[in-house]
Amino acid sequence: MSSGGDSGNLKETLESIRREALEAIQEADDSEELEKARVRFLGRNGLLSRALSGLRNVAPEERPEAGKTANEVKQTLETTLELRVDQLAALAEPDEVPKADLTLPGRRQWRGGVHPVTRVIDEICEIFKELGFTRAAGPEVETDWHNFTALNIPLDHPAADMHDTFYLDEGVLLRTHTSPVQARVMMQHEPPVRILAPGMVFRRDPYDASHAPAFEQVEGLAVDEGIDFIEFRAAIDYFVHRFFGPATRTRFRPSYFPFTEPSAEVDVSCIICEGSGCGVCKRTGWIEIMGSGMVNPAVFEAVGYDPERYTGYAFGMGPARIAMLRYRVPDIRLLYEADVGFLEQFA
Amino acid sequence: MDVSVSWLRALAPSIDGSPEHLASLLSSRAVPVDRVESFGDELDDVVIARVLEVGKHPNADRLSLCRVNAGSGEPLDVVCGAPNVVSGACYPFIPAGGTLPGGFKIERRKIRGQVSNGMLCSEKELGLGRDAAGIMRLGDDHTPGEPFARVMGLPDARLELDLTPNRIDLACHRGVARELAPGGEEDVVLPSFGGPVWEPTWVSGATDASAGGVKVAIEDPERCFRYLAAIVRNVQVGPSPEWLQARLRAAGSRPINNVVDSTNYVLLELNQPLHAFDLEKVGGAEIRVRAARGEDHTTLDGTEHRLGSEVTVIADAEWPVALAGVMGGADSEVSGSTSSLLIECASFDPRHTRNTARATGLATDASYRFERGIDESGMEAALRRCVELILVTAGGSADGEALRVGRAPVEAPAIRLRPARIQRVLGIELSPLQIRELLVPLGFEVGEGDDDLQVVPPGWRPDVRAEVDLLEEVARRYGYESFPHEPRAFRPSAVPDSPVWHRASSVRSALSSMGALEARSASFASEDRTAGNPARLLKPLSEAESLLRTDLVPVLLGRVEHNWSRGRRDVRLYEIGNVFQRTDADRKGSDDLPVVEETRVGLAITGLREPPHWSGNREDIDLWDLKGWLETLASTLGLGDIRPGEPDASDAGLPFGCSQWLGGESFCIFDEGGLVGVAGRVGDEAMDLPVWAAPVYAAEFRLHAVTVGSEEAYAQLPTYPAVSRDLAFVLDRSVSAADVEATIRSAAPATLESLSLFDVYEGDELGEGLQSLAWRLVFRAADRTLRDEEVEEGLRLITVNLEERFDARIRSS
Repeated sequence: MSSGGDSGNLKETLESIRREALEAIQEADDSEELEKARVRFLGRNGLLSRALSGLRNVAPEERPEAGKTANEVKQTLETTLELRVDQLAALAEPDEVPKADLTLPGRRQWRGGVHPVTRVIDEICEIFKELGFTRAAGPEVETDWHNFTALNIPLDHPAADMHDTFYLDEGVLLRTHTSPVQARVMMQHEPPVRILAPGMVFRRDPYDASHAPAFEQVEGLAVDEGIDFIEFRAAIDYFVHRFFGPATRTRFRPSYFPFTEPSAEVDVSCIICEGSGCGVCKRTGWIEIMGSGMVNPAVFEAVGYDPERYTGYAFGMGPARIAMLRYRVPDIRLLYEADVGFLEQFA
Repeated sequence: MDVSVSWLRALAPSIDGSPEHLASLLSSRAVPVDRVESFGDELDDVVIARVLEVGKHPNADRLSLCRVNAGSGEPLDVVCGAPNVVSGACYPFIPAGGTLPGGFKIERRKIRGQVSNGMLCSEKELGLGRDAAGIMRLGDDHTPGEPFARVMGLPDARLELDLTPNRIDLACHRGVARELAPGGEEDVVLPSFGGPVWEPTWVSGATDASAGGVKVAIEDPERCFRYLAAIVRNVQVGPSPEWLQARLRAAGSRPINNVVDSTNYVLLELNQPLHAFDLEKVGGAEIRVRAARGEDHTTLDGTEHRLGSEVTVIADAEWPVALAGVMGGADSEVSGSTSSLLIECASFDPRHTRNTARATGLATDASYRFERGIDESGMEAALRRCVELILVTAGGSADGEALRVGRAPVEAPAIRLRPARIQRVLGIELSPLQIRELLVPLGFEVGEGDDDLQVVPPGWRPDVRAEVDLLEEVARRYGYESFPHEPRAFRPSAVPDSPVWHRASSVRSALSSMGALEARSASFASEDRTAGNPARLLKPLSEAESLLRTDLVPVLLGRVEHNWSRGRRDVRLYEIGNVFQRTDADRKGSDDLPVVEETRVGLAITGLREPPHWSGNREDIDLWDLKGWLETLASTLGLGDIRPGEPDASDAGLPFGCSQWLGGESFCIFDEGGLVGVAGRVGDEAMDLPVWAAPVYAAEFRLHAVTVGSEEAYAQLPTYPAVSRDLAFVLDRSVSAADVEATIRSAAPATLESLSLFDVYEGDELGEGLQSLAWRLVFRAADRTLRDEEVEEGLRLITVNLEERFDARIRSS
């Protein structure tokens, strides 16, 4: 091996060493041959060492580049050699070692997961996001003004009977619905408003199979110029078809909520029996999923919007109830017990 | 509200279709119908029979042997088991060969040796009610053999309406008939009872009036707007005729006697509550409507009340005889010996009625209606109809003069309805004529202005007071289902997405991927699971749920215990939820709340580190797992620094009430704003530990500490090789790894790329009180290959610094 006068020569030499060495390593069939190859190429007086001694003759400005290439070649050869050692060792294993029973279970991780009610809430938010909705939040401890008065519910009106309320103080309560978030958002922002407000609400209902004193609700509110009943229905229809499936039918029925007028209860064709009648829909073929309606102008007045200029719709639904329907959970208490056996089924 | 379909058809014969059809019509236009119940369907074989004789059954003590006239000629022998069978009375009867509802066939057979030719029936056997205690006694004046169903107005169906608070007009049959009849109000005609017509002369007064020896005075016109009274003398109080009882029963009301049943009938037909007093029990024949004055009073349900001034009463010359708009008194109740009646037909103020009902704990059919407002323009007609029904069912004669005290009925002012507004809110274009066709059948008067309509609501619609109320009437009569399906363009929300939800999602995906399950639990807690100054509910459901939770971990520990009680040892739960503290701050504005809340994340983990595997390795979660969880969370969620130690009282923000659960080894998490979280091993005394339980580790941090939307630029991937060196230092055990790390970092050259502790050793051969900490240091320069000398120089500096600060020496291997 002659010593080259420039780096170009050296590079070529290194490249040919690399090629030859890789071939020799691959072709070595036992450890003896492999050791021979090692000594020949990587040994103290091996081809690589000798080639590197030629580095001296390379012009100083080109030396780093040449040194880098030499290092790379060395590393490649060393790694390949190690791999071949392992390969040969594996081949040398005696055949009589029993093969592993591959039907044995593998090593797993604990399964974690999101609560079924969270899943429902997330999905509702996802769908309404497509209709331009953002998400808002509000406090769980509220004033009676936000919870009732701003929503056109006078405190002494029979409509307040519909809410059996947890009070903390005079005029201070645990919100009975997520609707007070409507008032808070409208007082802070100008239209167009399209928001969802998921959150906990509270009613003085003792626990039973279908009641809990604290449960989730998702509020929706859309306010802008030119929103009419037809748009409201189209939005709800869009949601129902995306959430429950395109074959699901909706039904709008008159109802009463002080903060919407006209008010509507929305039913969907039973997701269990598809409308033919079963125990879940009490043989009616329909399941009630939300209260809704056009925002009552009295609410706009309370929050300082011009009721002649703006119109809108609002709705509220219970994701816990929807989760119970979707996952056939017979008792609402199962949702709030945090039993690992229950939660793991949704992981 | 229960509605009888046959009653509806009697009021408006144009109502057509099956009960199910009517129910769906009501649901789609007005109010939901919860249930449709048909009854009296299979009663073709039932006739009315008179029992001629009742004798003892020779072979059975509890049975009697009756001779019965069922209109078939020869009297029949019938064995009867009912204790209430009376000779001379009439009962429903199925002769042998007939069938009961449900298909049970009655045979001629011997019962204890005596032949029975049929069966006398109870309400329950006929599917008409729940009363199975005895057979169903009918009036005595029937002709034996009459078809029972026809006499009783059967078959019928009951619609169970779920009234919304606004539709008080649907709390009576007339209102429902108006809603269902194709022609609306025009189709409704009140059928005559077949008795005399009573057209009294009204004796009126603004505050009082007298007639027929009776005086009525409204002493407090704020509590009672209007009071009408009629006097009926010489009545015979007794059971009502079958048709009347049947109607009341069909509408869910229990028959009492002909007088009370008549007032209830008019209530259920026309929505006007009425009350009949035994006139002789009204002291001084005087009626005064006034505030109570602390009197004691027994209502006719037998309960005693002490009446404060918030209660409105009907008093006689001295004492209350009834609670206004709520319930009559026991002393003036109509009984079998009553002969003269004073019939009250009044309009009480909704708010005062509510006060009276609340103060006495009573809620009645009458108070329900008065609280929502009654139709004052219909009061006179209601009183007339009630008197006419009493005359037919209880006989007697009505005075020709009746009393009318108080103001005239208030007519609702006209409401302006703009077709343009209908277009704007509902999205449909309706002509004035179309609008009129929708509203007039409901009793609205519709007049036309230049570009709007003037609409006067009828007296029975106190809920309709503004244009928007009329929009709802138009929309529901038009039919929600009739609106066109048209997608609309929309503008996206101008309200920014609240970061709370994004943060919560990040936390959920981080913790779920680490193997924890999301819990959701109620926000309530007991005294021993709260800390600081918890907010108390004024009326909790139970003592265990009387406070708002102040921390999440104690609640989660309760959930861990729940899982232990089900035999589950491996539990990893997290929850995102609000915690609350009462503040001592004075409330200035109505918006200042005496309770502050924040959203937190809680975590509790215990049991095996990994699911059990056949290859072994069954170690429980330990402190280093907890710290690893925290470090992973800190890096994925940008939480802040984790430092050993407990929080102290000087930390800003809502306090963490961890002293009750934190046991010994603990960490705090800090960001620039201060303390954001705590974590550590849960003390054994904080929980009910089964002997097989593993140690529990918990953490809690503020959701707002989670950083979202970080937009840091990427770090360029290295192009030059790294140099790695391992160094083990022997130093005093009191020196913390964190201090050593900080010293290494400050002494190291900028080329130190990473530093990790890979071994901790405390063997005796090191010397007493000493430890060895082994670090791997990786150096790399971005712009060149590092020279050995550079790295060595860096290591020398590090070593010198550690020697100086901690008296550390390099461990020779």
